Amino acid sequence: MVRFKKRYNLAPYLFILPALLMLAVFIYYPIIQNFIYSFFRFSAFSPTKTFVGLDNFKNLLEDSVVRTGLVNNVRYAVISVIFQVFGGLVVAAILEDKLLRRVAPLLRVIYFMPVVISISVICFLFTFVYHPTVGLLNKFLELIGLKSLAKPWLGLPNTAPFAVIAVSQWQSIGYIMLLFVVAIQKIPQELMEAAEIDGAGRFRRFFSVTLPQVKETLFVTTLITVTGAFLVFNEPYILTRGGGPGTSSITLAVHMYLSGFFRDNMGYASTIAIVIFLITGVLGVLQATLFRTGKDE
Amino acid sequence: MGRAKAKSKWSNLLCVIVGLFLLAYAVVIVYPLLWMVMSSMKSYNEIYRNVWALPSEWLVSNYVTAWNVGISDYFLNSFLVTGATIVLVLLVGSLAAYGLSQYKSRLIDVLLIVTMGGMMISPQVTLIPLYVLLNEIGVHNTRWALILPYVAFRLPLAILLMRSYFLGVPKELEESARIDGCSPLEVYWRIFVPIGKPIMLTTAMLTAYYAWNEFLFAIIFIDSNKFKTIPSGLMNFRDALRTDWGVLLAGMVIASVPMIILLISLQKHLLRGMSEGAVKG
Repeated sequence: MVRFKKRYNLAPYLFILPALLMLAVFIYYPIIQNFIYSFFRFSAFSPTKTFVGLDNFKNLLEDSVVRTGLVNNVRYAVISVIFQVFGGLVVAAILEDKLLRRVAPLLRVIYFMPVVISISVICFLFTFVYHPTVGLLNKFLELIGLKSLAKPWLGLPNTAPFAVIAVSQWQSIGYIMLLFVVAIQKIPQELMEAAEIDGAGRFRRFFSVTLPQVKETLFVTTLITVTGAFLVFNEPYILTRGGGPGTSSITLAVHMYLSGFFRDNMGYASTIAIVIFLITGVLGVLQATLFRTGKDE
Repeated sequence: MGRAKAKSKWSNLLCVIVGLFLLAYAVVIVYPLLWMVMSSMKSYNEIYRNVWALPSEWLVSNYVTAWNVGISDYFLNSFLVTGATIVLVLLVGSLAAYGLSQYKSRLIDVLLIVTMGGMMISPQVTLIPLYVLLNEIGVHNTRWALILPYVAFRLPLAILLMRSYFLGVPKELEESARIDGCSPLEVYWRIFVPIGKPIMLTTAMLTAYYAWNEFLFAIIFIDSNKFKTIPSGLMNFRDALRTDWGVLLAGMVIASVPMIILLISLQKHLLRGMSEGAVKG
């Protein structure tokens, strides 16, 4: 045994080397560069960089768009936790009920379908849904006699952020639901049966058996949902063409993109990236530790 | 007795409410998708005049137009990028997973943390430096500008999944192969790759899902229309079509078909991968 280990001493590292190189070049090197860039002002199209010290960070603190972005990211997080995590859990629990055994597989696939569709397709589809004159939503409101509620959902600063957030819910509830379905299926059958014999009703079983048993999934899904909320880019970029009207539906990631590639201030964009990194990094570490405790149990 | 009756009345009512809720939710999901398919065969005027109505004439030609106007190129690019990403993730990832699961040392532990740490870093945060880097190494605006970052960002999860699978491979298999004179590379190729096929399929599905739908890198690392993948190409497609809604919708349907087919045909693997690799794109 020892002889083998000696002979193949270098082998393990050779196996790992290609992956390590990929990670080093395309993930770790950029993240370090990002910190360095935040002290410079430079253009995407020229190699010269001007050192500006902490100017980017000063601007960041005074930038009202950063605040708007953060507010929208927080809205995203709160609404997504309510709809995706709690909604997903409730839907999963209902689908796993014995009464629905026949239809549950079909409903699962239906609810999951939007998850596999490309985000640009979904956002284009919702520009039709939200279209001011011929949109499905306004036409539907007209149909049920609520025409007064019809409005250009993506065109008003007070509805745009929520209209954008709603699209993400539509797409992602199915994903979180799936995670809960898997978790609920792992609950030992005897637990449920014992509770049933004890006369516990559906609500009682949900709160005293299901909920404690999926606690870990609840933590993990909350964390990935909140992390995802602070990374949102695609939906506002496509639906409101970069966080409009004005900056009402902007998120940090969109602000970063616009700063770097539209206003050509790559250094400042890197500084915004640091904010995103710090927020999501804390959440990521939390998730990793929770995952580990889960594995050990 | 009376109480039990009242209770069952309540629970019947509850069943009805829950049933209606499930149905309404299904309609909210399915209707827009069906509307997309239906309207993709209408003309602009017909969509504009009546959004609900079925097409008076089913314009299958919208699909031909969509395909010829640009979707075919985007499709090809998406296939190439997704295919290359899958191959590289499986190859590089399984090698690393093998090394990380079959050997033990302090350094291996550190390397494991370094690999898994990649999961904490989101693509958004590396966007600016990656753009600069890809320009410097001269791959910006080629398909490699997507493939290389995609592989890197998929590797941690792929390695996590494959490593835990490899850890379950019985030690005796490996030892007996080594006694027979197999080199570590042969052990990897003859034992771990065949045994690991299920997890590799899962990983491949997960990678396909990611690479096919990835948007942020796709719009920034590729400028010219002829290298764009479906998610970013659709943006150009929309702008080029302006009001040709039927054709746009046809393009959207074409773009969604491969993933829907994958979901329906390989449901088990895709869903397993997505639940084991609980990380949001």
